[in-house]
Amino acid sequence: MLRVIAILVTILVLILSYSAHAEEVSRAQVKGLDEQVQEIKSDVLAIAAELNELEEKLLYPSHTQVAVFVSLAEGEEFSVDSVGISLNGEEVIHHLYTFKELEALRRGGVQRIYTGNIRTGAHQLEATLIGRSAGGTDFRTTENFTIQKEAGPGIVEIILAQRAITFKDR
Amino acid sequence: MFRLLVLLTYLLCAVSATAAGVNTPKKPADPFFGEALYYAYQEEWFAAIARLDTELGQFYELDEPELDSLFHHLGEAEFDVGDFELAYRMHHRGGRAIKAVIEGNVGEEVRNAAIFRLARIFFQKEQPGNALLTVERVSGTVPEKIRDDLAFLRAQILMANGDFPGAAAILAELREAGGLEGFASYNLGIALIRSGKIAEGRRYLDLTGRIVSDEPVVQAIRDKANLVLGYKLMEENDFEGAKEVFDRVRLSGPFSNRALLGSGWADISRGDFEKSLTPWSILIEREITDPAVQEGMLAVPYAYGKLGMFSNAAIRYGEALASFNSEIDKLGASIRSIREGKFLRALVREEVKQDADWVVKLRELPETPETYYLLNLMSSHSFQESLKNYLDLDELRRKLEVWDRDLNAFEEIIALREAYYTPLLPEIDDKFRRLDSKMRLRLEQRDNIGNRLRAMLVAPRPDYLATMEERLFGERIVRLEQIMATRSTGEPGELTERFGRLRGVLDWNIYSQYDQRFTEAHQSLRDLNLVADLLPAQYFSFVRTRQGAVQSYQGYDDTIRRLRIRIKAAKGEVRELMARQGHMLEVMALNELTGRRTRLEEFQVKARFAMADSYDRAIGAQGRKGEGQ
Repeated sequence: MLRVIAILVTILVLILSYSAHAEEVSRAQVKGLDEQVQEIKSDVLAIAAELNELEEKLLYPSHTQVAVFVSLAEGEEFSVDSVGISLNGEEVIHHLYTFKELEALRRGGVQRIYTGNIRTGAHQLEATLIGRSAGGTDFRTTENFTIQKEAGPGIVEIILAQRAITFKDR
Repeated sequence: MFRLLVLLTYLLCAVSATAAGVNTPKKPADPFFGEALYYAYQEEWFAAIARLDTELGQFYELDEPELDSLFHHLGEAEFDVGDFELAYRMHHRGGRAIKAVIEGNVGEEVRNAAIFRLARIFFQKEQPGNALLTVERVSGTVPEKIRDDLAFLRAQILMANGDFPGAAAILAELREAGGLEGFASYNLGIALIRSGKIAEGRRYLDLTGRIVSDEPVVQAIRDKANLVLGYKLMEENDFEGAKEVFDRVRLSGPFSNRALLGSGWADISRGDFEKSLTPWSILIEREITDPAVQEGMLAVPYAYGKLGMFSNAAIRYGEALASFNSEIDKLGASIRSIREGKFLRALVREEVKQDADWVVKLRELPETPETYYLLNLMSSHSFQESLKNYLDLDELRRKLEVWDRDLNAFEEIIALREAYYTPLLPEIDDKFRRLDSKMRLRLEQRDNIGNRLRAMLVAPRPDYLATMEERLFGERIVRLEQIMATRSTGEPGELTERFGRLRGVLDWNIYSQYDQRFTEAHQSLRDLNLVADLLPAQYFSFVRTRQGAVQSYQGYDDTIRRLRIRIKAAKGEVRELMARQGHMLEVMALNELTGRRTRLEEFQVKARFAMADSYDRAIGAQGRKGEGQ
């Protein structure tokens, strides 16, 4: 009886060790799966595009939409700690920057900091920048701007510099 | 060999490129393109592609695209979307985008830059034939900034296709190229050796091994050149030369363990057993999971044995055996933990991914496999690609789950809006219809007045400008004249004269004040026009608002239903692919760990026999010593 058990255990061990060694990953398998992953990425990107469109229509229709973009003026060396945006006296966003986000701004990236809805007409926008100069001094700058919202989507660009914040209304 | 070339290319790419493929250095005028770059610079490729795709899609639907701010960045944007796709490992789409640039109406430099990228994709995807066909399409002016990189890639492609003399000819020209320091001469050495020019190849490996630099990547390739050259010299029985070359490798670099091992073997080979203990003693104090360290643990007692110090050798073999036993147990536990799915669960943990050395940090998590054993595997191209795919799939899975919940929220918003607007709209519409008909009437009246005033410029009609009082007065005179006519005796009397005088006064006023009244009438019409002009704007504003109200809850059902189906299908597919990709990673890891365990088991057997043999010899030696006394 003991011998039979020993044989069975040996067979089991052999099967297990075989299964552990038998499975190999071929280059063709890696490639095949990689291609399928690429396809699903493509599909999900298409879903994202449709979903973005739906979200924009549903939540920010063009006649009320306002989008605020933030970028750094060229050649600026200060670091941005945070940017706050107020619309008609009410703070709508206060963004604290991570190292990666700040680097992206420094390299010329433009951040969409806020998307919301406002009526057509004039609106007061206030931007507050809290940062640190290249020399390490903390500073705070606030500027005001009047947005003229028309029937189409409103786009406001805020360009941050240590000395001044400039606005562009598209 | 090909794998090595690919790895070196990766290493080189890491040196020369910043965040994969994003070349735009200045802030673009188009904020939406800038937004895509903002995500790309943070290596959030999905968001970058999604945004730039949307922006490009909208741009191509414009009636007058030349008026859009993206127009001036279109070439860059097309190029960048391809780059982002490559960085997101969507090589098919990225390749297609770059091919479109190559076949499009672009300048020579842009075309050649695109060819370079496409060739690099093929090379990285281990398709040397396609890479060669692609790189051969380069013609005319090549942009200055990629000239050396292109030549280096061409040389690597030639090597991958077995044309080592061709590669050597190119690499010989690149020895002094900036950014390729060490890489060109290392590859030149390899290409020459593979061409049969052994001595010349060794010379370039030697030159690479002597480069003085503070750059970590250059130091790494220098160490690698010394390691390769050292083992080459060992093969050729030049142990003195090998020893010298191995000793050039830094003690702290990634190749130091293998160099220490080689240095010791060079000493042994030239009979200097005592000296071999110096590098090996350093080696065996290092991370035990390293294969060179494990081999070193057997090598040290071997050297003691050669020196006739059998007791020491036996003790060291015993220590090695104990370490191997412990490591085999650890490997067994790691294999079990992978089979239980803990490896995959650990790979996707957010807190680990925050760290650049997250793969190594995995070992600190409870119940995860010993990742030091997996480091070699983890640095391999196919494992890295599979791992990145797995992590990307996990990210997609999370996104799809969030989107599914978003759709629920959207449906709720729509239902709330419908419930709010549906009872309000009929009443608003009714009021609007009444106001609209009044508005139309007033505008029509305004138009009539305008027409009449215009006609009066040609044919003056003072009577049209009589005041209300004057009109009533005139009507009264007419009425009184009619009454008088019914009672008249036929003779014109005093009353008739009075009526005539009254009419005269009336007409005098109307006619004499005509010019002034006409001017005032025009002024009033202008004032009226100002008000009337606002009416259409208010009308359209109402129509837009009303449309907006309706559109805020109508017409979404099909889109949401379609998206739900697509999300559900994608979720299923992602789940399946994750399972397959995860299984593939597990198999790779299991194979690696099993291979390492098998090697350790062999070491275990060797150590056991060698320990017994050393004890025998030690006892024998002691016996002889006793007999001698």
